Amino acid sequence: MLIFEQSRPGRKNRAQLSSQADSAGPVADRLPARLVRRRRLRWPEVSEGQVVRHYTRLSQQNFSIDTHFYPLGSCTMKHNPRASNKLAMLPGFLARHPLAPEPMSQGFMACLYDLQEILKAVTGMEAISLTPAAGAQGEFAGMAMIKAYHESRGDSARTEVLAPDAAHGTNPASAVMCGYRIREIPTRADGDIDFDALQQAIGPQTAGLMLTNPSTLGVFERDIEKIATMVHEAGGLLYYDGANLNAILGKVRPGDMGFDVIHINLHKTFSTPHGGGGPGAGPVGVAARLAPFLPVPVVAKQGDSYAWMTETELPQSIGRLSAFMGNAGVLLRAYVYARMIGREGLERIADYSVLNANYLMARLKKEGFDIAFSDRRATHEFILTLKRQAKELGVNAMDFAKRLLDYGMHAPTTYFPLLVPECLLIEPTETEDKQTLDRFVEAMCSILQEAQRNPDYVKAAPHTLPVKRLDDVRAARQPDLAWSADRDS
Amino acid sequence: MSNIPTELKYTKTDEWVLLGEDGVATVGITDFAQQQLGDMVYVELPEAGATIDAESECGVVESVKTASDLYMPVAGEITAANALLADQPEKINADPYGDGWIYKFRPADAGDLDTLLDAAAYQSKLDADDH
Repeated sequence: MLIFEQSRPGRKNRAQLSSQADSAGPVADRLPARLVRRRRLRWPEVSEGQVVRHYTRLSQQNFSIDTHFYPLGSCTMKHNPRASNKLAMLPGFLARHPLAPEPMSQGFMACLYDLQEILKAVTGMEAISLTPAAGAQGEFAGMAMIKAYHESRGDSARTEVLAPDAAHGTNPASAVMCGYRIREIPTRADGDIDFDALQQAIGPQTAGLMLTNPSTLGVFERDIEKIATMVHEAGGLLYYDGANLNAILGKVRPGDMGFDVIHINLHKTFSTPHGGGGPGAGPVGVAARLAPFLPVPVVAKQGDSYAWMTETELPQSIGRLSAFMGNAGVLLRAYVYARMIGREGLERIADYSVLNANYLMARLKKEGFDIAFSDRRATHEFILTLKRQAKELGVNAMDFAKRLLDYGMHAPTTYFPLLVPECLLIEPTETEDKQTLDRFVEAMCSILQEAQRNPDYVKAAPHTLPVKRLDDVRAARQPDLAWSADRDS
Repeated sequence: MSNIPTELKYTKTDEWVLLGEDGVATVGITDFAQQQLGDMVYVELPEAGATIDAESECGVVESVKTASDLYMPVAGEITAANALLADQPEKINADPYGDGWIYKFRPADAGDLDTLLDAAAYQSKLDADDH
């Protein structure tokens, strides 16, 4: 029930009403008449207790990393240490106004500057801008910088951006937003990019190549050095999508692989709370020749103090992506996380995230599930295909995913990447213990048995949740997004 | 098993093509493609009059699972799009080779259509992808 539907005209909890309330009369009486609404505001009229119960109940219905195992591939749903939260919520940070002058913002700016330096060291890039407020905005900023770079050299014939067919959908979208045409490069059966097809596609029209490494197929692109050389020889730039950075932290750096531009998803790799679309932070890193184009503001250190670099200092900047400093609170949490974990810790994250993925993959393989690239070592995630089960039992990847919810686990990513039919993309992350991973394997085996005995039961899942199987088609075609008092019920 | 009518031509990107006697070709997506994509929720149709290169994007089909580009089988000019799909995209699922047709175009060179796959070759492509 929506809170609007609980509303009754005039409802208040009179017993607990503050004795101060309304003592000065309604606020409206003290406003100029021309500013007073003529129609009542259609807010729900409910008591404080009702509001608390309503939202507490909603929060209890939520699947989250705080309540459930959440192996959502390519999303890196790891535990968010509370220390990051606690320090980012210090009153000095919370109360700082975004327009506060530099001398009153030195602590905040010092944290951001240090975070820029840490990200430079982690990624091997020459300069960082923290301002993009999400991964997709980071991608957009990255592509805009590639465009600005080519244009600054009068190199206007580069109209095409290459991306593998396994790429995240945001890659082609970001390139198109920047005015490029996308050309898709196929993937070989072993999971690496089709090098010959890439060679044929590349030319003087190529502005750049967008790659995720490890790729969305959960394997490390082994030809990366050859690819980088080829793209650079053709005058193109290499873009790194940082979605899967977790797997290689402290092991290998995008800058050393030859990437010119990258974005980093702090909300994934640096463990800030996310889900349901935000809040994110997608800082961009660049090689030296692209540094003049970074989005502003960037923090500079001058002697012992910190200063904002804006359009004045970076006149070739692609500009601002938001009014102030992106999602400042997310940046602070990521900074605390990086400082807390340290250099050795980051490498440990790569170790355990890869170990957990490979353990889970090996166990599921042993139980008879089909792994998409089973002769490759998984990185921090891997792909299981239920194509055989879909054919033999009529129970598909979506049915398994929905039934997993009944077992108290968030579903892995389904039907992505598109190359692998009936796939689950599974990323356990480094913060899950062996028992949790084993419980996931048991749940998968148990669902498989159910699918063999009673496929219809699995196809109707979930059975235990507040919301049962949704009508995806109706939800997409007749979305019911806003409550209205007038609507038919 | 998916239905692959023998009288049609096919693309590697799972479109079917039927050249009419008036020199206008009709295009849709194959039964295999609609099964893979699942229930359709939206179709972005090409505009009549547009001239489009071979293998270029000319529209989008969106299902509950994903959005997928439509490609021009060979170069040509769009002559019509299936207006029925705006309200009833599910026709693509129900009748991919009939009411679910997506657009018609006049090939720049009808001879180009010979480069497309026949039913047997399309079947072999599906079989090959299966392994």
